[in-house]
Amino acid sequence: MSDSLHDQVRRFILENYLFTDDASQLGLDDSLLGRGIVDSTGMLEIILFIEEQLGVKVADSEMIPENLDSVNRIAAFVTSKRKAA
Amino acid sequence: MCGLAGIHFDDAARPPDGALLRRMIAAIGHRGPDGEGFLAEPGIGLAHARLSIIDLAGGAQPIWNEERTIAIVYNGEVFNYPELRKELLAKGHRFATDTDTECLVHLYEEEGDGFVDRLNGQYAFALWDRPRRRLLLCRDRTGILPLYWCRVVDSEVSGPAIVFGSEVKALFASGLVQAEADPEGLDELWTFWSPIAPRTVFKGVEMIRPGEMLVIEGAKVTRRKYWNWEFPDAGQHRRAPLPELAHELTGILGDATQIRLRADVPVGAYLSGGLDSSSLVALLNRSIASSLHTFSIGFDDPDLDESAHQRAVVERLQTRHHHFQCTAADIADSFPTAIRHTESPVLRTAPAPMRLLSQSVRQAGLKVVLTGEGADEVLGGYDIFKEAKVRQFWARNPGSPWRPLLLKRLYPYLDFTSAQGDAYLKEFFGQGLATPDDPFFSHQPRWMTTAQCKLFWSRDFAARAGTGATERLAANLPPDFPRWHPFNRAEYLEAATLLPGYLLTSQGDRMLMASSVEGRFPYLDHRLVAFANALHPSLKMRVLKEKYLLRLAMQEALPASILERHKQPYRAPDAAAFLGPRTPDYVNELTTPNALKSYGYFDPDKVARLVAKLRRSRAPAVRDNMAFVGILSTQLWHAEFIDRTH
Repeated sequence: MSDSLHDQVRRFILENYLFTDDASQLGLDDSLLGRGIVDSTGMLEIILFIEEQLGVKVADSEMIPENLDSVNRIAAFVTSKRKAA
Repeated sequence: MCGLAGIHFDDAARPPDGALLRRMIAAIGHRGPDGEGFLAEPGIGLAHARLSIIDLAGGAQPIWNEERTIAIVYNGEVFNYPELRKELLAKGHRFATDTDTECLVHLYEEEGDGFVDRLNGQYAFALWDRPRRRLLLCRDRTGILPLYWCRVVDSEVSGPAIVFGSEVKALFASGLVQAEADPEGLDELWTFWSPIAPRTVFKGVEMIRPGEMLVIEGAKVTRRKYWNWEFPDAGQHRRAPLPELAHELTGILGDATQIRLRADVPVGAYLSGGLDSSSLVALLNRSIASSLHTFSIGFDDPDLDESAHQRAVVERLQTRHHHFQCTAADIADSFPTAIRHTESPVLRTAPAPMRLLSQSVRQAGLKVVLTGEGADEVLGGYDIFKEAKVRQFWARNPGSPWRPLLLKRLYPYLDFTSAQGDAYLKEFFGQGLATPDDPFFSHQPRWMTTAQCKLFWSRDFAARAGTGATERLAANLPPDFPRWHPFNRAEYLEAATLLPGYLLTSQGDRMLMASSVEGRFPYLDHRLVAFANALHPSLKMRVLKEKYLLRLAMQEALPASILERHKQPYRAPDAAAFLGPRTPDYVNELTTPNALKSYGYFDPDKVARLVAKLRRSRAPAVRDNMAFVGILSTQLWHAEFIDRTH
């Protein structure tokens, strides 16, 4: 289950920010901001993806790099939110 | 304004081909539809296309001195010509015309190459000194008017020679220059928004730098930079009481505007609804009797539209206003024409509406407009200056949670939803925080965002383009640069890159001249630049209030709504203009995998994914918009210039 969530997140980022399906282009811990993959307006799309495709609502206070700045962080955040629900 | 072109042979005996000169000038005929003129003699050929503005009957070019030893073809205006003329008459010169142009040949006779220091204006010219067999090619200080040249190494038609012209089209029309992409020039464009002169996007074609004169004697070319943006060392800025400085600013700007009304045809003005153009109109209106024609542009997207502010200024100043409402379809339909005139890829659609605006000026029967361009560079208006100031402040205490929050105040016009959390703002603008003394500290976030668009380049093209853009810029910074205040360094970078490379060319001269309209730029009067560069940065940006001194100086002449308005940069609809309900055929054709592969710049798979993403996206990211416009314009540019001439 958690593998497929990681894949789903990675696929979304590869498709929408790196415009490729080559998984080797994005490590699970790569920083999305640090590598310049997401620009200052791009984070909106990631949050929409989490809310609409993964079914998890993101509160304002949760919109921080600790939750959203890599595939692993997003997956961990989504998993913990699902458990809490 | 006008257009000029020509050829200079290394071999002084070689005669120019008249047909070649006619082809060259015909290629830029839009710059001067009112007449043509030629000089052809052994060793040199000059051609001129005239847009008549001063001395309508007598100003045909080339223009000569009394003994017909010095000839000039010239594009532009020298606004202090009545004063120069008076002085030259007193020295015994006889004038055959009433033009500003003729002052230049007489002044050259008097003062030699240094005569350009006496000119107040915007110009590009080719001056031929027949007895000394010297050709001068020269551009104005800040780069308002363009001039390109290229060395022809070995051609049966010309032998070794130099061809030159106001636009690159003229060089290609000579048949002596082959259009070929310069990958390093394109790399600079995909970093700074334009190549940095002398480099262009065409291999072998150079642009004379702003404030530079080329002296060509036989096969020898000497470059002389006669002017540059200069600032005092940090701590050495001029100090004076505020009211005195505000008064001085109004005086210089008022005179800069006043002398830019000198013309034998009516002069109008662009009005964006912002502080810069409104100030000019306010200064103007006091000084001219008849009501002024003003022109503005509006967009359907309320985030981009400034019509309400334009109306407020028009109501206050009672001008004869012309409004052009630009739709997304207008941009999509006119974009190929805009690229034919920019002669370069662009990363924003903004030039296209500017051409439609100049067209509306022409349709209203005018051929000269004043514009507020340059005010942000000269008087400190750009958000990038504020960003840099906050980031400098933050870098002094990088752990502070509060200092970076100031950044949120900078962008009230952007939709800072909660998704743009403070943490993200900090991450983005925090780039380079550890190195506040880096010469490019102020511009790193912008250049990095732009450079991210290179993700779409093909592997092969990326390898050819290299990664040397910022290193080359660093190597060419003025020696005094490290001693300047960080704010002045940011101003210099803006004035040396974006202003001449993009704003004054792709969005300025080219879009004006496409409709045979001359723009005039009071904020770039060199006296105003000298005054402003000496001011302490706190007079340009007081805390985070931009153009502080200008606001103060204009407070009685403008409505409070304009004076207190936060600066809104001019932006036009980007990808959405092309990928909405109606996509023009050319967009589909130029973005097919085959078209992309055959030109070789982009990775077709990535471009297809970008287009699909933009089509389904509700709020496209800045980078995606910029990348799409860059891809489309590069494809158009290649089709127009490189495919066509091969």
